[in-house]
Amino acid sequence: MVDLTKNYDALVIGGGNAALCAAITAREQGCSVLLLEHAPRHFRGGNSRHTRNLRCMHDEPTDVLTDAYHEDEYWDDLMRVTKGVTTESLARMTIRASAEVTPWMVERGVRFQPSLGGTLNLGRTNAFFLGGGKALVNGYFATAERLGIDILYDTEVRNLKIRDGVFQSADVISKGFPYTVTARNLVCASGGFQANLDWLKESWGPAADNFIIRGTSYNKGRMLRVLLDNGVTSVGDPKQCHAVAIDARAPQFDGGIVTRLDCVPFSIVVDRDAQRFYDEGEDFWPKRYAIWGRLVAAQPDQIAYAIIDAKCIKLFMPSVFPAIESDSIAGLAEKLGLDVAALEKTVADYNAAVQPGTFDNSILDNCATDGLTPPKTHWARKIEDGPFYAYPLRPGITFTYLGVKVDAEARMVMANDQPSENMFASGEIMAGNILGQGYLAGLGMTIGTVFGRIAGKEAAKNAKH
Amino acid sequence: MQSTEIVKTAQRQAVLDDARRAMEICNACRYCEGYCAVFPAMEQRRAFSDSDLNYLANLCHNCRGCYYSCQYAPPHEFNLNIPKTFQKLRAESYEQYAWPGPLARLFHRNGLIVCMATALGVAGVLLLTMLLQTSDILFAAHSGPGAFYAVIPYELMVGLASLTFGYAIVALTGGAIKYWRDAGPGTEGSVSWSTLWQAFQDAATLKHLGGGTGEGCAYPDEAFSNIRRVFHHFMFYGFMLCFAATSVATIYDHVFGWVAPYGWFSIPVILGTVGGMGLLIGPAGLVWLKFKADDASAEKNLMGMDVAFLALLFLVSLTGLILLVIRETPAMGIALAIHLGFVLTLFLVLPYSKFVHGIYRSAALVRYAIEMKNAKPSGE
Ligand SMILES: Cc1cc2nc3c(=O)[nH]c(=O)nc-3n(C[C@H](O)[C@H](O)[C@H](O)COP(=O)(O)OP(=O)(O)OC[C@H]3O[C@@H](n4cnc5c(N)ncnc54)[C@H](O)[C@@H]3O)c2cc1C
Ligand code: SF4
Ligand code: SF4
Repeated sequence: MVDLTKNYDALVIGGGNAALCAAITAREQGCSVLLLEHAPRHFRGGNSRHTRNLRCMHDEPTDVLTDAYHEDEYWDDLMRVTKGVTTESLARMTIRASAEVTPWMVERGVRFQPSLGGTLNLGRTNAFFLGGGKALVNGYFATAERLGIDILYDTEVRNLKIRDGVFQSADVISKGFPYTVTARNLVCASGGFQANLDWLKESWGPAADNFIIRGTSYNKGRMLRVLLDNGVTSVGDPKQCHAVAIDARAPQFDGGIVTRLDCVPFSIVVDRDAQRFYDEGEDFWPKRYAIWGRLVAAQPDQIAYAIIDAKCIKLFMPSVFPAIESDSIAGLAEKLGLDVAALEKTVADYNAAVQPGTFDNSILDNCATDGLTPPKTHWARKIEDGPFYAYPLRPGITFTYLGVKVDAEARMVMANDQPSENMFASGEIMAGNILGQGYLAGLGMTIGTVFGRIAGKEAAKNAKH
Repeated sequence: MQSTEIVKTAQRQAVLDDARRAMEICNACRYCEGYCAVFPAMEQRRAFSDSDLNYLANLCHNCRGCYYSCQYAPPHEFNLNIPKTFQKLRAESYEQYAWPGPLARLFHRNGLIVCMATALGVAGVLLLTMLLQTSDILFAAHSGPGAFYAVIPYELMVGLASLTFGYAIVALTGGAIKYWRDAGPGTEGSVSWSTLWQAFQDAATLKHLGGGTGEGCAYPDEAFSNIRRVFHHFMFYGFMLCFAATSVATIYDHVFGWVAPYGWFSIPVILGTVGGMGLLIGPAGLVWLKFKADDASAEKNLMGMDVAFLALLFLVSLTGLILLVIRETPAMGIALAIHLGFVLTLFLVLPYSKFVHGIYRSAALVRYAIEMKNAKPSGE
């Protein structure tokens, strides 16, 4: 039985990667640790349960990574995606620390795929979790239980009592009953606020009603709001989130990786009125998919349809929902509920504008349109071979960028620029310190692992004083 | 008859459709690709024919690694449970490939059928023995060469054993051919020594029960463990040792004219004793794990098939070992009849029991080896 009247050395809020890394580290240093997870056991693990890999620096091949990925290259990649909106000292510290995390993870129950497997050929920069993020979370929870960390599921932290930048206690609702929990240190690893539609509407207006949340429904940002209201400094653009174009048929929450669609570069994408609105072939999909979330969000009703013909259907990874199929463009329009004449015209105009070229999806090829607005600059081929296929698209929100500012000890930074005495943050809630904008695949888990360990260590140091 | 056939097909279709849906989700995810052979095989396709699904289902060892790791496992609305889906499909496939076809129905309520067959088999042989022999012979202590045949005549014993074992071989071969025609590699490639050798290694080591890293599978619960692999090895190698014991005994008898029973330290008895131990430990362990296992991902209805077959193996071994111990006492006659009853039943039910999984899985591993040899890189 968990004794909520006890004064714990560390209270950890959240049940994802960042929380678990912090809890395990603090416990291993001898702290008494209480971990509170809002989700029930079945849905524990937040967005972390949907992840695939983490990005690690390494100067030579390891058992889980091929070749080498040096600090400078990692840093350059980060600069490219963030366009410099990062904190160099924290970013470089994270990159360096990433070189040491995989053995630590393995010792605590995480298992990796051997480096030579791997669907996305990312084996050089990213280490892939065997079984994905849920397996990782399972491994960590098993370790946490074995170490004697007190864990409560179905327990939401509703409010924090903070006096002069010092955490005092937390109001929680555990399985329907209210409690007040005290602890000497707080580690907040409760993710972003993307599952809070009202908050999203503050930036996006009613369009947010049509957003799909790719991950957990429990990241509602309650802790983030409480912390900011209590004088913790914020980082990141409050109006921005990582949004990708995903299959519109995905569930509202927790659809995860399988709702991703990779067909856009081979398609034309039309809006509700069957009109094209952006260059589908601008660049390789991994470099463009995050833009498309925003693009679709800007269309009427936040819906779009990617249309391809038979010769393209095998060019991309299969996705979870079957394509909508018809022998004619008119038939497809009917199935999609689009204006038949309008779609036929859009396709005909596009086909007429397609110039001859040599199709090659491994390079930015020379298949492009001429005289079309907007143009399609690569991989443009006529849509003429039936059957025709369509995938409906909606914006899928991965996470929000707004977070709390931290220092190199994972301490939250207060309004007077002073680090908090006993409040630490890790994971998505502070990722904005490093990822001010853009996204680098696998960095979310790296940040959570590195800062989780630091937060756990510093909390333990505090507890001993 | 007609209508049950239709119901059957509809049920099989529903199971196949569920498996297809599941594979389409996994194929878009692929997080589990390192656990076992199923996922790399899956990644070779975009669409899944019924035959493909039968093949994939028979590649699955029900290790559950991918169930506990799945972010779409119930209560998620995608309700994904690969081991359970494949377990059901395997059961359907055992019926589909049963030879001769009309006996496929023996796979319905297979646990009950195997139990009843065993009861009848043992009772039958006992009765026959009683009818054949007067009680003074039956209950006398016999020793020396030919002691067993004093109770059950040599020709009868050899005749019954050859008949039942021969039938098992024929029926199992019939099933294997049906399987290979439907779910074999077709035009994907052909069997070669190297693919056979690869499949043999995978089967002999139960490689895919290693969970990809050799740490084992999520059985009987979420924690990874090799215990199931260990018990299966006891059972399998126990079975093979017993088989070897019988083969050596046959050679002794036919080639050298040395007549059973053989001494304690003779090769057949040593092989049989060690193998028999394996056949006690293995099946008992596997049944114990089954009852201990978290049943989230098991189809309760299908447990009978597994348990009945394991129990039968256990009893064959137990009665064999008892016979060994008491073979010089007056109880030998009855013990021999009972043991023989179990053995003959085992032979008869082999083609209609869980035993067939060994054949189909091995065949699936051969196809897998062929497929991986010609594999295109996954992800297309
Ligand atoms: C589909 C998808 C795929 C992704 N793939 C990758 C990938 O491959 N690699 C990568 O690096 N990143 C990936 N990401 C991003 C990654 O998920 C995050 O960066 C990372 O999981 C953040 O970890 P975290 O522990 O901070 O948050 P989370 O794992 O989201 O954990 C937050 C936890 O806090 C709990 N919580 C929230 N509020 C409260 C409260 N008030 N009280 C109690 N508990 C609360 C939640 O229930 C949850 O358990 C992916 C994201 C998605 C959606
Ligand atoms: S079982 Fe679940 S986690 Fe594993 S590959 Fe399939 S969908 Fe992905
Ligand atoms: S249960 Fe095990 S053997 Fe079967 S598909 Fe899943 S991981 Fe593979």
